[in-house]
Amino acid sequence: MTLKHVFANVLVVALALLASAASAVDITGAGATFPYPIYAKWAEAYKAKTGVGMNYQSIGSGGGIKQIQNKTVDFGASDMPLKPEDLDKDGLLQFPTVIGGDVPVVNLEGVTAGQLKLTGPVLADIYLGKIVKWNDPAIVKLNPTLKLPDSEITVVHRSDGSGTTFIWVNYLSKMSPEWKQKVGEGTAVAWPTGVGGKGNEGVASYVQRVKGSIGYVEYAYALQNKMASVQLQNRDGNFVTPSAETFKAAAAGADWSKVPGYYLVLTDQPGKNAWPVSGATFILMYKSQPKPEKAREVLKFFDWAYFRMRSRDRSRTPGSPRLKTLPASRSIRP
Amino acid sequence: MPDPKHSGALLQDVVFRWIARAFAFLVLAILLAIIVSLIYGSLPAMQRFGFGFLVDSEWNPVTEKFGALVPIVGTLVTSTIALVIGVPVSFGIALFLTELSPPWLKRPLGTAIELLAAIPSIIYGMWGLFVLAPLFADHVQPWLIHTIGAAPIIGALFKLPPQGIGVFTAGFVLAIMVIPFIASVVRDVFEVVPPVLKESAYGIGCTTWEVVRNIVLPYTRVGVIGAIMLGLGRALGETMAVTFLIGNAHQLSASILAPGNSIASALANEFTEAVGDVYTSALIQLGLILFVITFVVLALAKLLLLQLAKGEGRRT
Repeated sequence: MTLKHVFANVLVVALALLASAASAVDITGAGATFPYPIYAKWAEAYKAKTGVGMNYQSIGSGGGIKQIQNKTVDFGASDMPLKPEDLDKDGLLQFPTVIGGDVPVVNLEGVTAGQLKLTGPVLADIYLGKIVKWNDPAIVKLNPTLKLPDSEITVVHRSDGSGTTFIWVNYLSKMSPEWKQKVGEGTAVAWPTGVGGKGNEGVASYVQRVKGSIGYVEYAYALQNKMASVQLQNRDGNFVTPSAETFKAAAAGADWSKVPGYYLVLTDQPGKNAWPVSGATFILMYKSQPKPEKAREVLKFFDWAYFRMRSRDRSRTPGSPRLKTLPASRSIRP
Repeated sequence: MPDPKHSGALLQDVVFRWIARAFAFLVLAILLAIIVSLIYGSLPAMQRFGFGFLVDSEWNPVTEKFGALVPIVGTLVTSTIALVIGVPVSFGIALFLTELSPPWLKRPLGTAIELLAAIPSIIYGMWGLFVLAPLFADHVQPWLIHTIGAAPIIGALFKLPPQGIGVFTAGFVLAIMVIPFIASVVRDVFEVVPPVLKESAYGIGCTTWEVVRNIVLPYTRVGVIGAIMLGLGRALGETMAVTFLIGNAHQLSASILAPGNSIASALANEFTEAVGDVYTSALIQLGLILFVITFVVLALAKLLLLQLAKGEGRRT
């Protein structure tokens, strides 16, 4: 076979691929990076089953909101729920898909995962720059058995805007009136102290490099990098470790049916085992759809994903929280 | 009746001239378009903050109050550190290669330096974060804090606990990144010094240092300044390596060991997730400021060269 033939064949294959990609009604979405791994998995399984592809760009929550407002995608995804009035202004609706949580991680010699205990107010004081040493009485009081060094605390935060940050500062705002008044909440804030890493992986690598540092990452990154996570005191006064179980416990305490537009942040929820820095990630869609067939495909996709999760869930932990049917489908009309 | 072959050639020439001209003007048009869109994009921020934008150190996305002082200072300080470290080293490299090196070593060394310039900046950033930053935090910075940090006045530059990540580390990696640019250009201009000039100087008993100081440097001044400006240009706009190492904190500190921020790194970090018109506009205005800084630096270099040329005229 000559080189020319090879090229011709490659071209034919490429054209065939293009044709098959265009034939199905693919749906597009963009936004939060945190649920990207699971959306990608769902998309793969869904494509194999139905032939409908889902193209998701993990560009970040802020980008997701921008893209859906510019109507360049069929759905947007954000870790930060939009306020009901903002939803109404743009004619959008939102629904939650996946629950996860932020995990504080530390780099302290001799301290392994789950050993250090902190409370919300202490965490807020560290991030405010008011507690600057690891052997501060407030930390020692919570950890009488740990040997804490007389070294400076290096605070690590995100340098880019992020839904992970939103959940984190939302929690700190609930824990400390001073934080709420001085810093406030958002996907990016004016950090009073510390260094900024880009992305979850940036924060994770800073915490791993800098001795005596504390940072916050999405749960999966703490697991992946085998980082020393911290126990936190929840609203019921118990110290809990981050895990799928404690995230679920936080969601169980939440009453989604009472909040308009699903505007609910899962931080500081009641529950014996509730992880206090939990959060949900959301899908944003237009209520009134110029292309109803696309919207139908999007809803079918998430309906299928919910069903799949539910059936798996039931086999593992009975009685765990679930969303009965996709509630959004009722309010979307062509 | 003109020769058809001849008129064909004429036409070819005309077409060629116009195509070349169009390409040249395309550069101008693109430059102009970039300036216009930067100014247009930063209008909301300009109207809201005015000139205060340049001197305000607050950067608060929650209250939408933005000031560019921290990134501007960070950009200038990291670039200055890069040049302070990079220029002498580059000179040493160029001098060794042109004046002192045995001939068999010239080629491999020169190639190695050019290879250094071809390494993508993200590699420098990762190397800086994984190798250099821990090294600095454990060894270099504690030493700096104890020696220079204890001195009066200048000591203020070297305070704070050693974290390894900060303005100084970013400037240091920038220095390594600009060295190949400066060194290879300086070497090239050093090589064009006529051997007869150098030979004469050596002939009347000059040392190598005197030859360099009095013959090579005056002869190559324009090229050397051009090389430094090239390096400075790279340092000012460098994004990835700086983002990894500068600490990305909008805080102003007297210490160069503290984390800070630079314009390019603030843009890379925050642009994708900037929510709201004012935030986006403030970031675009940062871009405009970087553009202006680069322009001013180039203009100053040009002025300096003109000044030097004038001096030369007077001497002869």
